[in-house]
Amino acid sequence: MISHHLPILQVIVPLLAAPLCLLLYDRFLSWCISLFASGIAFLIAALLLHQTLHTGVISYELGGWAAPWGIEYRVDIVNAFVLLIVTAISSTIIVFAKESVAQEIYAERIPLFYAVYMLFLCGLLGVTVTGDVFNLFVFMEISALSSYTLIAISEDRRALTASYQYLFLGTIGASFILISIGLLYSMTGTLNMQDLARRLPAVSGNRTVESAFAFLTVGISIKLALVPLHLWLPNAYTYAPSVVSAFIASTATKVAFYVLLRFMFSVLGVTLSFQSMLLSGIFLALGIAAIFVGSTAAIFQDNIKRMLAYSSIAQIGYMVLGVSFATVTGLTAALLHLFNHALIKAALFLALGCIFYRFGSASMNQIYGIGRRMPWTMTAFVIGGLSLIGVPLTVGFISKWYLVLAAMEAGMWLVAAAILAASLLTVVYIWRVVEAAWFKVPVQSPTANTGEVPLSMLLPTWALIIANRYFGIDTSLTVGVAPQAAEWLLGITG
Amino acid sequence: MPNPIQPNLVLRVAGKMLIPIILMFALYVQFHGETGPGGGFQAGVIFTSAFILYALVFGIGPARAVATDRVLRVLAAFGVLLYIGVGIASLLSGGNFLDYDVLGENAIEGQHLGIFLIELGVGFTVASVMIIIFFAFAERGARP
Repeated sequence: MISHHLPILQVIVPLLAAPLCLLLYDRFLSWCISLFASGIAFLIAALLLHQTLHTGVISYELGGWAAPWGIEYRVDIVNAFVLLIVTAISSTIIVFAKESVAQEIYAERIPLFYAVYMLFLCGLLGVTVTGDVFNLFVFMEISALSSYTLIAISEDRRALTASYQYLFLGTIGASFILISIGLLYSMTGTLNMQDLARRLPAVSGNRTVESAFAFLTVGISIKLALVPLHLWLPNAYTYAPSVVSAFIASTATKVAFYVLLRFMFSVLGVTLSFQSMLLSGIFLALGIAAIFVGSTAAIFQDNIKRMLAYSSIAQIGYMVLGVSFATVTGLTAALLHLFNHALIKAALFLALGCIFYRFGSASMNQIYGIGRRMPWTMTAFVIGGLSLIGVPLTVGFISKWYLVLAAMEAGMWLVAAAILAASLLTVVYIWRVVEAAWFKVPVQSPTANTGEVPLSMLLPTWALIIANRYFGIDTSLTVGVAPQAAEWLLGITG
Repeated sequence: MPNPIQPNLVLRVAGKMLIPIILMFALYVQFHGETGPGGGFQAGVIFTSAFILYALVFGIGPARAVATDRVLRVLAAFGVLLYIGVGIASLLSGGNFLDYDVLGENAIEGQHLGIFLIELGVGFTVASVMIIIFFAFAERGARP
């Protein structure tokens, strides 16, 4: 009986945890609640993926109202896959958060932090699970508003302006998405994704639908931080608390990317998006621009957190590039990179969180020679970096392999060459960190407190690093699911 | 603590007369939400406006005596929990999440009860969060 309610439980478990954190208002208890809720959410996501793989699409009617009228939650392979990675990352980061947050956030705000963290998780899961476009907008706002709070909660006052900047652009993006939903509603009279997909072909070629498409693409691109709409991202990631940077970097843009896929393929349809609106060309150009702008900017950063932020912009470029091919291989690459990049970035940001925990900063000249003092942390960072570059036997390799494959399949040899060239840029900026940490002479630190970080921080970091290696070698989960999901999106399988 | 507006007889008398009426109106909007215009959100905001009027005329100190941080926090959390609680109650009674039909003896009674409780939850949370926001601005600089 309970398995029938899994789609809604996915959302209400974190939603229930948030007010409980507020009610108890205790640092340790709210951490326990969040850990528990996140763990349960992960379990639910795993069960959902299992169900969708074996019995197909799950549909759930909220309030007992039938689908086109009421809100429908609809889980297929694509969103079950996204749910799994989001909840897995969230659970790992919560374990890490206990020590890290105690160091980086004012003590009286910590219960609030966990409450907002749970709301953020709830928003992300809601966006992913829902089959109703207006409901999607509402959950997107829940996650966006909580992410502004999570960034601003940092002790660093620069986080306030970063959060404000993000709030501004995020709100513009959300408004665009809402306008688009309004236009689609005015043309079809429905908000249900399935129903929209059924009714839209009848009104194709209509100006209203075309402007809805334009608003939607720009709105989601802002949320996704696709070049040239990425300006909110570097500051937000740099000044947020380490845990928040790790969580937002590895999940928020991924869920925005999922929204893009869902709208372009399941709602608007391949015909509209890629044949009449020429999305391929736009995304191809922007994706390549993002890869090079992000990677090049990353090379010149002195703050490692900012460096990783620019690297994220480049990685979003890879995903968008995968979509631009609109083939099964291209989409597979995009979905694989969604999963893999979440693992890579979470691992790197957590390793950086360990450095921040010890030094209170993440600037390049702070970490001279720390490879010897914090060997575990820095080894983790190096492996994560290799994965980001795409060295074989790491997850980064798997997604780049499929991406290059997709480019070759499409006959775009130059694009394939560009992907490989961009990997070299990644080598450069990761090497700068490696050089600083292992080969530079240590600065005499005034504090003696520079050993390894507590185990509760190292373990989650290493868990992610091991996941990076594991899914780089045994790809049966990711490469098993991603092509199926890609075919599902393109409407190839029944 | 910022000073209240200078003791002004007209404001104080008018405020004292208006505040109970505003509060009553908020409750009216709250409980007639399912049959007329209104509902929990509007009611919560109207309720808060009475509270803000009180704090403006009589000072933040007396207003704080009623609405401490703790009370507001508990009320805000309670509203959300009430909302989710209704949803979970309908799950446990064999319906889908927020399916009010199963809450009462028949569907109509269930719908009445469900929407009433949901709106009450919304009202609690909106009113307390609005008051929290008001204090956050009003007490800026006054607290460390």
